[in-house]
Amino acid sequence: MLNQSLSKKRKSFEVLMKALMAVSVGLTAALVLFLLVYVLMRGIPNITWELLSTKPSYLTERIGILPDILNTVYIVLATLLIVLPLGVGAAIYLTEYASNKKVVGIIEYAAETLSGIPSIIYGLVGMLLFSNNMGTCLMAGALTLVIMNLPTIMRTTQESLKTVPQSYREGAFGLGAGKWRVVRTVVLPGCVDGVITGCILSVGRILGESAALLFTAGFAHAVYGLIDGLAAPGATLTVALYVYAKEQGEFGVAFAIAAILMVLTVLINFAASLVQKYFAKRRSL
Amino acid sequence: MKRQEYSPYEENAKKFQDERMESEIEAVNLARKKASKREWAKYTEKIIHIIFLLLGLITVGCVLLITVYLVISGIPAIREIGLVDFLFGKEWASTASEPKYGILPFILTSIYGTAGAIVIGVPVGFLTAVYLSKLASKKVKSVMQSAVSLLAGIPSVVYGLVGMLVLVPGIRKIFDVPDGASLFAAIIVLAIMILPSIIKMSITALDAVPREYEDASLALGATPIETYFKVSVPAAKSGIAASVVLGVGRAIGEAMAVMMVAGNVPNMPDSLFQSVRFLTTAVSSEMAYSSGLQRQALFSIALVLFLFIMLINATLNFFLKREKE
Amino acid sequence: MSNIITVKDMCLWYGEHQALKNVNIEIPEKSITAFIGPSGCGKSTFLKTLNRMNDLIPGVKITGDIRYEGTDIFGKDVDVNNLRKEIGMVFQKPNPFPMSIYDNIAYGPRTHGITNKMQLDDIVESALRDAAIWDEVKDRLKKNALGMSGGQQQRLCIARALAVQPKILLMDEPTSALDPISTSRIEELVLELKEKYTIVMVTHNMQQAVRVSDYTAFFLLGELVEFSKTDDIFSQPQDKRTEDYITGRFG
Repeated sequence: MLNQSLSKKRKSFEVLMKALMAVSVGLTAALVLFLLVYVLMRGIPNITWELLSTKPSYLTERIGILPDILNTVYIVLATLLIVLPLGVGAAIYLTEYASNKKVVGIIEYAAETLSGIPSIIYGLVGMLLFSNNMGTCLMAGALTLVIMNLPTIMRTTQESLKTVPQSYREGAFGLGAGKWRVVRTVVLPGCVDGVITGCILSVGRILGESAALLFTAGFAHAVYGLIDGLAAPGATLTVALYVYAKEQGEFGVAFAIAAILMVLTVLINFAASLVQKYFAKRRSL
Repeated sequence: MKRQEYSPYEENAKKFQDERMESEIEAVNLARKKASKREWAKYTEKIIHIIFLLLGLITVGCVLLITVYLVISGIPAIREIGLVDFLFGKEWASTASEPKYGILPFILTSIYGTAGAIVIGVPVGFLTAVYLSKLASKKVKSVMQSAVSLLAGIPSVVYGLVGMLVLVPGIRKIFDVPDGASLFAAIIVLAIMILPSIIKMSITALDAVPREYEDASLALGATPIETYFKVSVPAAKSGIAASVVLGVGRAIGEAMAVMMVAGNVPNMPDSLFQSVRFLTTAVSSEMAYSSGLQRQALFSIALVLFLFIMLINATLNFFLKREKE
Repeated sequence: MSNIITVKDMCLWYGEHQALKNVNIEIPEKSITAFIGPSGCGKSTFLKTLNRMNDLIPGVKITGDIRYEGTDIFGKDVDVNNLRKEIGMVFQKPNPFPMSIYDNIAYGPRTHGITNKMQLDDIVESALRDAAIWDEVKDRLKKNALGMSGGQQQRLCIARALAVQPKILLMDEPTSALDPISTSRIEELVLELKEKYTIVMVTHNMQQAVRVSDYTAFFLLGELVEFSKTDDIFSQPQDKRTEDYITGRFG
């Protein structure tokens, strides 16, 4: 009785499911590996110092991506600078101040809705809201990205605030501290990890964003300083990739940018997991 | 008065009284100061509370703003064209001398494209998730999870680029069609792009299935594989359903990658190998040079897309709530 | 009465830690055997070894000889799924699947290849009747099992285990999560079940062992200290440690 093996039907289910899972996992792994290797192989040979350090010139018919790199840096800085106080503030309101469950529900629903809206819609609304008023410029792009990244910063901050023990707050209140003092001295320090995680995630999202920037920040390639740069139209690396590949057929440059973006994506993921591990460890101490 | 005569006792008493008065006045002053300080503190607390409330309400404001802007700018063209002609018109010829604004081709393309991506992406993602959650060793799981995160982080233009140069020529050769830039190419790219959402969310749901369910099934003589598919998966079904809906949202909203591989011609999606235009790409491809009614019609397309997304979000929320319960 | 399970010189390690030391026991058929002992003494571990549920825990090593109806349960040609079908298990915490009552019961038979609707209906009914819960649930078989009370859930789990027609039912502290009334119902049920099944039950509660079991095994620190008829072990324990335990000097 015991040595009767599985019925044919059960055995075939077993084998079939195992095979299907193996194929799926293999496919996923192969896909990641292929994308990584292919993009790097085609991109890295095209990355030259000249490409990185110059701007495109029609006279010499050469392409440089320095302006795109700078624009990316500017837009990341501007976006984070604006979104951080807003997102952190909103998270603090939700975890520390809000007493009305309905209000919290509405705000959280709104945040979820925002994170579900596709970037092309953000691009369109950003164009109507910002670019139509202040002209197509990096700042208009940055403001659009602020709305897009607001839910991310909010969520990561909220999550880290939830890990601040309630007893700390009670302790501070017990000493007669006012709400704002408690928030400043106990709550704010507790959200550092959430803010850092949120920043990393947002940088990743900004680096990868293109549809929302096409109509808000434009696609010029001029070199400016930070302030002038924000007031002028300009392409980030992703937008530049799109334009070079789709409109100009410059696949060499496109792959060079793709390789850079790929490396940055790997680095950002690595940093995010490192930060998460670090804070998880610190919290468990 | 007699009292004014020397009397050490009275003198002392008076002095004492004076001192007491003084200290009392001082105390009152101090209390007043404290009270005003407390008042002031109360005041600032209130202001700070309001500031935080406003910050909290920003997201709500943004959603309202986006909705209002899209509705306001999307309605005029629909009014002019007529809702039925707009939604069910089979022809889009915005630059013709007699322009036609029918977006049925875009709607159908978006639906077919998303459905295709789901049909391919969901089984692969779901099975990968089951393997990683239940069968894989810790090491394999963590390596694969970072691989999946990488897949999620790759910018959509990179997918578009690789699709343009690998997938499109590949399709042209394999299926012997004149142009590989097609609905099929878009479906493949979208299927790949939704994989990470499906895998990640399904893993979370499957990891949360209580061990006791699986023990009970094993103790009844079911094999581990049978247990995972017949007990763990049904127990995680809300989360897995949510992952699918999330995938639908991502696929229907993707613009750039699709723009680069779908051919971008406003055809009805009659065949897999036809050049097509999605709702998202319909908005972006003409925006740069459009004006007048054409531009307004693009906003109307965005409004339609937005409504789709809101519907998907509501569905997603429904499943997420059920998962929590 | 013949012995359905015989265990010889069985040892079990969790990695470096030896959890069971040289266990020898013979469990008689169609009787109720109770395992008692302080927590951490290895009684649950031993129970789970009998249907090889310990296989799933990484780092577990087992030596010695365990025979079910004369067959070595770790034998190469033994299919562990069939073993578990023969030796069913009920857990400490009621763990019905998040499905309908009917599907819970039908899960086992379906797994083992029964698809005929009529046949399944019969099995479900008789399993629920055997577990003395039929009358309470017959009108809501399609309702989710998680909506039942804890005691009902546990009886459902017993019914679910019975539905695959096992010979032995292993019960791991089946009443520890239940209130007194539910507990006594389960105890009554167990006494009825012994007509058809062999029951091995881990219990924390000595009174329960006295009330239900025919045989009692006392475990301490991974050792089987004493095993004999329940009446004997509680009236005249042979080992000093057993006596200390049942008189409440430790544990």
